[in-house]
Amino acid sequence: MAIVSSMWRGPLRARAYLALAGAGFRRHATYRQATFAAVVTNSVFGFLRCAIVFAVIDAGFRVVAGYDRAQLATFVWVGQGLIGTVLIWAPPDFADRIRTGDVVTDLLRPVDPVWQLLAVDLGRAGHAMFTRFVAPIAVGAIFSHLQAPRRPATYVLFALSLLMATVVCFGCRFLVNAAAYWLLDARGPQMGWTIASGFLGGLFFPVWFFPGAVATALIVGTPFPSIIQLPLDVLIERGSPAGQLALLAVQAGWVAIILALCRFVQRQGERKLVVQGG
Amino acid sequence: MVVAQVRSQAQYRTSFAIDVVGSVLFGVLDIGSVLVLFRLAPTLRSFGFREVFLMAALAVTAFAAADLAVGNVERLRVYVRSGLLDAVLVRPMGVLVQLTALDVALRRLGRLVFGIAMLVIAAAHAHLPLTPRSLALLVITPVAGAVVFGAVFVATATVAFWWIESGEIANGLTYGGLNFTQYPITIYGPALRRIFAYSIGFAFVAYYPTLALLDLPDPLGGPVLLAYAAPLVALAAATAAALIWRTGVRHYRGTGS
Repeated sequence: MAIVSSMWRGPLRARAYLALAGAGFRRHATYRQATFAAVVTNSVFGFLRCAIVFAVIDAGFRVVAGYDRAQLATFVWVGQGLIGTVLIWAPPDFADRIRTGDVVTDLLRPVDPVWQLLAVDLGRAGHAMFTRFVAPIAVGAIFSHLQAPRRPATYVLFALSLLMATVVCFGCRFLVNAAAYWLLDARGPQMGWTIASGFLGGLFFPVWFFPGAVATALIVGTPFPSIIQLPLDVLIERGSPAGQLALLAVQAGWVAIILALCRFVQRQGERKLVVQGG
Repeated sequence: MVVAQVRSQAQYRTSFAIDVVGSVLFGVLDIGSVLVLFRLAPTLRSFGFREVFLMAALAVTAFAAADLAVGNVERLRVYVRSGLLDAVLVRPMGVLVQLTALDVALRRLGRLVFGIAMLVIAAAHAHLPLTPRSLALLVITPVAGAVVFGAVFVATATVAFWWIESGEIANGLTYGGLNFTQYPITIYGPALRRIFAYSIGFAFVAYYPTLALLDLPDPLGGPVLLAYAAPLVALAAATAAALIWRTGVRHYRGTGS
């Protein structure tokens, strides 16, 4: 195994990852019906969530939790675009592979499963940018007044933020799937993840709707806001440019933590498989 | 069949514990959203916490009951794609009955229990008088609401008979419906109201019954009688869903799969 893996250093490995990303991009380009259905669902939820946050601000405020009406609309609609790009919910393929034992073939390859799956996911996200990201935003722009970034640097910062959000979301999904190494099925953790990522991550309403201390604790102490809330806050330019950079720093921190956690859990899972005689 | 399922499920003790935690999490989510919103705004389109809490409780209970009864129908998409549905169609029992008995999730039961608890607390918080009328409304409303949700579950799952990959549209109507019914329909625009509130009948799951329970006038100017129309709406929804389902099964059989 050591001899084989040394062959995969350097440019050959980079090409392998690029190939995986390309495959991810192409595979998801064929899911047209599913993409259309998902966009329709995103749009429905966009309208529903807008109604709720507008009802809050129309209770007599110009600004609520630091957001004005246009910013709230942008938050909701770009948020819906984010769901399909970072992919909050995906079928637990990896967990199924663990349960059936197919994961052993993944482990025989010299490429670490975590990086393998990440490369494929980034390819998928790249394709999703053209469909699931832009479509809800287009719908929102037609029916609501959205706020475009005022500072040109924000576009770059948002792109960075979106990339990091995708990686953190991938990591969380990986961990949820990896629970299958120890639990009989990943349904429980998957449910917990779906709820936490929405409620605590900024999908139902901005995290800043929570009391200040709670919101700060969530943003710094959990990965969920790094997936939805922080990219959106960067986009609507909440606070100063320094504030945007601070949010990016928090996301970068969570990228490091989550990926380290994924590698660690994967090692533990592999060890368990070996012990079981897999 | 159901008892065997329950017993085998209870054997997986860790999974069971997770299921219980899952139910509590859903409950936290359902009530937490309302609490967070009212922390910032005193009213939502002239409706206060007392009213919205009751609406949310009614909606959540109805949804949880429907989910427990027919929630598995959303798996139809998986069965159609994998061909498992053919095995189901061969058996003499009704297709829908088989699908729903396949997986009695304890987690769904937990969610219903939480919903009922929420309903009791909401009713107490609103100081509902314990008259026969209020009690009847409190019991009938979630049942009628569950039938409406169940009808939506079945009807939207039927999409899988025609467009296999489009199943996700169902989520907009099922979970979207749950979201829609938790709040007064006055917060939504006229187009959204026409589709969700009246065509599908979601307004009768929680909004109109709450107006009746708390003796509130309808800001939309609807007649008082609407508040008691929930059972009729439920009946209409169930009939429509049954027809759609039958058409779907017939179409699937007809395509010679």
